[in-house]
Amino acid sequence: MATGDLALGHERGVLSAQKRVTNDFSINVATVNGSGSQSANSVLLKSIFGMGVPVSGKNLFPSNIAGLPTWYTIRASKDGYVARTRDAEILVALNPETAKQDMLTLPAGGAAIYEESFNLKQYRDDVACYPVPFDKITAAVCPEAKLRKLVRNMVYVGVVAQLLSLDLGVVEAGLKKQFAKKQKVFDLNFGAVKAGFDYAQEKLVKHDPYVIERMNKTTGKIIIDGNAACAMGAVFAGVTVVAWYPITPSTSVVEATTDLLKKFRVTAEGKATFAVVQAEDELAAIGMVLGAGWAGARSMTATSGPGISLMAEFSGLGYFAELPGVIFDVQRSGPSTGMPTRTSQADLLSTAFLSHGDTKHIVLLPGSVKECYELGCAAFDLAERFQTPVFVLTDLDLGMNNWMSDPFAYPEKPLDRGKVLTAADLERLGGFARYRDVDGDAIGWRTLPGTLHPKAAYFTRGSGHNDAAGYTEKPEEYQAIMDRLSRKFENARKAVPAPVVVKNGTSKVGFIAYGTTDFALAESLDQIKREHDVSVDYLRIRAYPFAHEIHDFVASHERVYVVEQDRDAQLASLLKLDLPAEQVTKLRSILHYNGLPLDARTVTEEFVAKEGL
Amino acid sequence: MATATPTPKVNRIGLPILEYRGGKSTLCAGCGHNAISERIIDAMYEMGVQPERVMKMSGIGCSSKSPAYFMSRSHSFNSVHGRMPSVSTGAILANHQMTMIGVSGDGDTASIGMGQFVHLMRRNLPMIYIIEDNGVYGLTKGQFSATADIGSKLKTGVINDLPAIDTCAMAIQLGATFVGRSFSGDKKQLLAMLKAAIAHQGTVMLDVISPCVTFNDHEGSTKSYKFMQENDEPINEIGFVASFDEIDVDYDSGQIFDVQMHDGSNLRLRKLHEDYDPTNKADAVRTLMEAHESNEVLTGVFYIDTQKPTFTDLLNIVDEPLATLPESITRPPKSALDALMHNLQ
Repeated sequence: MATGDLALGHERGVLSAQKRVTNDFSINVATVNGSGSQSANSVLLKSIFGMGVPVSGKNLFPSNIAGLPTWYTIRASKDGYVARTRDAEILVALNPETAKQDMLTLPAGGAAIYEESFNLKQYRDDVACYPVPFDKITAAVCPEAKLRKLVRNMVYVGVVAQLLSLDLGVVEAGLKKQFAKKQKVFDLNFGAVKAGFDYAQEKLVKHDPYVIERMNKTTGKIIIDGNAACAMGAVFAGVTVVAWYPITPSTSVVEATTDLLKKFRVTAEGKATFAVVQAEDELAAIGMVLGAGWAGARSMTATSGPGISLMAEFSGLGYFAELPGVIFDVQRSGPSTGMPTRTSQADLLSTAFLSHGDTKHIVLLPGSVKECYELGCAAFDLAERFQTPVFVLTDLDLGMNNWMSDPFAYPEKPLDRGKVLTAADLERLGGFARYRDVDGDAIGWRTLPGTLHPKAAYFTRGSGHNDAAGYTEKPEEYQAIMDRLSRKFENARKAVPAPVVVKNGTSKVGFIAYGTTDFALAESLDQIKREHDVSVDYLRIRAYPFAHEIHDFVASHERVYVVEQDRDAQLASLLKLDLPAEQVTKLRSILHYNGLPLDARTVTEEFVAKEGL
Repeated sequence: MATATPTPKVNRIGLPILEYRGGKSTLCAGCGHNAISERIIDAMYEMGVQPERVMKMSGIGCSSKSPAYFMSRSHSFNSVHGRMPSVSTGAILANHQMTMIGVSGDGDTASIGMGQFVHLMRRNLPMIYIIEDNGVYGLTKGQFSATADIGSKLKTGVINDLPAIDTCAMAIQLGATFVGRSFSGDKKQLLAMLKAAIAHQGTVMLDVISPCVTFNDHEGSTKSYKFMQENDEPINEIGFVASFDEIDVDYDSGQIFDVQMHDGSNLRLRKLHEDYDPTNKADAVRTLMEAHESNEVLTGVFYIDTQKPTFTDLLNIVDEPLATLPESITRPPKSALDALMHNLQ
């Protein structure tokens, strides 16, 4: 009987020369969307995680409910790299429509597990082939015909587990967690996993080099997607009013937020200390957020590019009337509907200046699930402190995929509810002027509706107003407000999350990036060092307006490559607007915008070519 | 000769009417909107509403400027064209203890704001929504709005060839729970309607015909003072007795329709149209549609439902305003995060 390990010794032509490849490869699972493959993929991912091996998963799915091709890639990386790789060494082919093409794209020396009837062996002789009669195995363990489509995917988990030498007990534990309270569902699914495992053990002879070996690199780590992490950030920031309109890929931000609010924010009497409203569109969603922010509640919405466009008018009002609110933008490929299920970073410029007139917004840029939580939480403090809409830009790759992370820490500081006057304050002060800069920080004091003092009320408007909130069209009064808003924005440079800088002090070349580009850059830096013995410094931006460290970084390098996932070099453009003229020419761009997450090799190749290494 | 300073008359919370006034109106002299502002002041004063407990909302347009002209002691938000409903929804969710009055116009509601208007009505958000309806865009100098009647004529001679949207019929169909129409020139009816509106819990939608003296008060207009004086056809006569008024209400039958309001007030509708039942949606809409056929402008309370839960009831929100809940309630404890982290390992 061939176990995975023993089978390695078999002489198999071209494959025999291969060495063992341990904990460093990718698996591509090709299925049809709507077939329930998500839970199987998740179980496999968590099983590798359970083996202590760093792992990441990416779902490449169509904008469709059911019936179109879907690919899920799982990367195991002993070095902890989590970016997409161009090639996946192992293919699980379950979709007849794409099986041939999927097979042809496998790298030489790869392995293919496929439905027997696809007969994929005819296309490649440099790939280890494992035909499996999925339907037959499924039918045997799942008598109920209508469930077979779902259970079938678990069979592949069993086959892969056996071929990669995964511990079946780890798979079982992961599955148990997945179907925590549903014993019957667990039994059915684990039966399918076991059947796949047994089939592989009895009928397949391992003749590929890929194995998972136990490590201890995931101890204490968590696995979570960015949208759920943003939701946690919002809930631990005390969000209270949520208004939204469903849009891929942001929908699960609000779904997760709602689940958490129901869990933690219902009183003993069964009353809600929150309100979640599914609005009629994004215009209404942002209107509700700003109305709630005006009246003193911590409010948020989540959307994607097209929703951001619809929020443009209100964002200008929020900026000029100085209203707090948090907007999560999980970016996807545009323009227009673009590719709704593909990732992008192309909303940066549109959110930074969202609206009409002279408008600029605080934009936070998380680069990991942990930062989705931390910056998601910080956004609410910043919105109330600076009395302005704050945008949190993630993307589909970060938001909808599972990532390994250190656990999130409980916030150390109490909530910063900003500058709000109470009735007692008004009594003491004898009144106030809403938009007057009394503290020199360019932020006025506000009152909330319902403050029981005859001098509490003020008139909020998007039209010209003076510092006492009175209507004005006087040039100097209007300009004074505009200048103060500019000073306020300038002050935000010091308050927003500082960039993360990796610097060795000697390198003349630097990288600048933000968000998910970090996954590829972290790996690319190592590739460049290893393959060309060149050290490159790296600064990861975490917010706009840009902190002074960003200016310093550019100033201290001869060339700076701005790596980003959009066509028009939006981050570089935003930097050019901000940097002194003599620094601008130092910037170079490396751009990626095909809808797939950026991979390290693309960065490395382009950098090497541009640097002439 | 010694003169005693006369003590100003005060309402039941001890405030003189002066405390309900706003800034000086910048609207045209004779604008119907100014009369409506006056009635709002009277109604709030007579009902003894604490001004600080009121939020005044509006969109954009002549009508939407008017919150600046009443109740300066109330917080106010002059928002975005056609988007007052969403801002109001957010504000009420943040503090549902407040009384909210929103002033919109026919353009702000029936054209650019239609999307938000219908969803506001559908939610039965607790607020008073007033349309100051003059059938034209004033600030942009006199274009027809979507409530202009078919066949009505602009000053320039342009005839409107599209049917009017009846915002009352829509509001009834969509779920507002207090729907009426009045005329800015009918002090008595409008005041009674506004007082009942203040007593109501749920969405009050009042379409108030409010002539535009500059762009739509000429011969051929169906929103002029003259036209309204000739064609105003009240469907009922409104009597309102507030909960704190010491007047017994006789509950006699026949042509009287008494409505017990949520706060204990009584709304008495004396039927002027036979068999009109303001609790029957289908009847209400049919009557409005028939009035269009006969070129009558029906006014009065068309529909009332004091039982339907409001949006904040449906959301099951705690009694305290969400805006000012303390951190100990809004931020879950460390143990909550620890448990979440444990489950993700």
